[in-house]
Amino acid sequence: MRCEVQGMDRALIPAGLKRCSLPVFGLWMLLLFGVIGWGVFAGAVVLLKAMNVTGLNDYFGFGAYITVDLAIIALGAGAFFSGFLYYGLSRFFPSLKELGKIINLAVVVGFVCYTGALAILVLEIGQPLRAWFGYWHANVHSMLTEVIFCISCYAIVLIVEYVPVVLENRKLCEVKPLKVFGRSLHDVMAIFALTGTFLSFFHQGSLGGIAGVLFGRPYAYRAGLFIWPWTFFLFILSAIASGPAFTALICGVLEKVSGKKLVDRSVYDLIGKIEGVLLSVYIVLKIADTAYWGLVQSPGLGLKMGDFYWGPYGIWLLIAEIGVCGVLPAMILLWPAGRKSNFLLFGAFFLDIAGVSLNRFVMSIPAFAAPVMPFDKWQVYIPTVYETAPTLAMLAYCALIISLSYRYLPLFPREKELNRA
Amino acid sequence: MSEGRHAQGGVRFGMVIDLDKCTGCGACSVACQAENNISFRPDESNKLRSITWMSIFELNNGGHYPDYKYAFLPRPCMHCDSPGHAPCTFVCPVNATTRDENNGIVTMVYPRCIGCRYCIVACPYHARSFNWWDPKWPEPMESMLSPEVSTRMRGVVEKCTFCHHRLLAVRSKAYKDGTDPDKATYTTACADACPAKAIVFGNLLDPQSEAARLSKDPNAFQILKKLNTKPKVYYISVHDWIRKLSDNAVAQELQG
Repeated sequence: MRCEVQGMDRALIPAGLKRCSLPVFGLWMLLLFGVIGWGVFAGAVVLLKAMNVTGLNDYFGFGAYITVDLAIIALGAGAFFSGFLYYGLSRFFPSLKELGKIINLAVVVGFVCYTGALAILVLEIGQPLRAWFGYWHANVHSMLTEVIFCISCYAIVLIVEYVPVVLENRKLCEVKPLKVFGRSLHDVMAIFALTGTFLSFFHQGSLGGIAGVLFGRPYAYRAGLFIWPWTFFLFILSAIASGPAFTALICGVLEKVSGKKLVDRSVYDLIGKIEGVLLSVYIVLKIADTAYWGLVQSPGLGLKMGDFYWGPYGIWLLIAEIGVCGVLPAMILLWPAGRKSNFLLFGAFFLDIAGVSLNRFVMSIPAFAAPVMPFDKWQVYIPTVYETAPTLAMLAYCALIISLSYRYLPLFPREKELNRA
Repeated sequence: MSEGRHAQGGVRFGMVIDLDKCTGCGACSVACQAENNISFRPDESNKLRSITWMSIFELNNGGHYPDYKYAFLPRPCMHCDSPGHAPCTFVCPVNATTRDENNGIVTMVYPRCIGCRYCIVACPYHARSFNWWDPKWPEPMESMLSPEVSTRMRGVVEKCTFCHHRLLAVRSKAYKDGTDPDKATYTTACADACPAKAIVFGNLLDPQSEAARLSKDPNAFQILKKLNTKPKVYYISVHDWIRKLSDNAVAQELQG
């Protein structure tokens, strides 16, 4: 029996590639399933006992769930943006063809980020059975409507993009109709990648718009262009400035854990260069936005920038987000010697990701902790285990799918060559 | 945000609360609770989770004895009249909260609310409450609930409706009597209950109404006027320190 299972496992691993032994992989799976089980239990309690088990209240309508959703969706942007660069722009800029070596991983990362976020979204609403009302009674003025439509469509696009990757599996390839179907999907992938790009640009933006349109909340509110507040554009830019870095960081972790080279170093260098430019543009615009918000818009409403920072939600958030996790990684990534050092390159990727996640946190929690009425008070939000457990489970789910995909699918076209010695 | 105006009727219900008359007795809040079937829990010590359509804030001038001064500020929903949309109606993804442009009342469609709480974070007045638990009343209170107001289920948002059911009742009576329903007036439970007559409710567009007259009082003000939410609840006080607490920008103007 044991031999049969091991034989099946070996038969599913792409030909010519080495993977860790089944018991080791099984233990890792067990750990991940344990975390997922814990999160599913906590999620079930939220659904059955209602949201009173969370740390949310009438001052914090948004909390850990929305923060993690916003962050994970931004980091999943590596899928659409890498796809856009590879399938869309590489015809005009051949150097972008390098991204083909990591594009499968980007699709997997995008797929897990979006499907994971959708699962958390179900917990986020007080009446989950009415989730479909978003399509049926849609309010066209609401940014959340734009999010609901775009995220659903893009999740479908990601599934379509993930299917041909799954069909590359050695055993599935032996079934001829599946192989033909997979290859046909590959041929039209550019269309899906570009559709995904369009949808993703919109929904990253509308996620930014969620906070930016709140004209009753001076911390979050931003002026903008037509119906879109500046946060709409900043969210798009920050997502594309961090998504590919997240894919690269995961690839780096996979290399470290597996002890193999999975992509050429030039891929990381290229992603570093692209992210360096995008992050620099983003951070310059973010500083301009913050300066206008703090020095022009807020004083017009009788507020000082200092009114927005207090206690645990102090000015350190701004320094960490813009300085430590924005300017610093942008400088490292723009500096050729910085990109050459693995420590600096991956460190910069990490800071970039942390900065964008921090931005999503700031726009979801401190933005609503700040009192608006002069006689109101600051409040502090502390998530409960019923929020942290499903969140960790979502991350474990991401790790699970990535691990399974890495083990059984030929994610990295150059892996065999790079590890021949 | 959409700047387009919806067609507006000739009625704009609003409220004027005289803070110099308010004693902070809480009668308005209790009357609202009873009138609108607002549920409560055995332990209501967590004020960030208790459902109160009419909250009462305690204001003080920040001074020390003998210069310490205080006042009470009852806060219903402001039924914001900002162009196009109120802050909350603008963001609701399912049109579960809308403003009736015939009378300016911001209403809730409870069976449609998905409980996303986007309206809660959009409201700078904290006028909205989420049903964190199933609504329950101790025996025999359940049999004393008003049949005119639907109770709300767990997982949806609720807020002050300016006693909308009372409006429906007077409009129905007007139909029956053959008079113009659009001229029908009524008052809210909180205004009825206030022993100091600090709360006045009426049509802000009707020059004959007391509410309209008081809203133009030189000492009348709105909370967070600078945000352009256009609240239809006005407050009155002759005291500068109270008016300063209405808006940071107003405080600066008064100081300036």
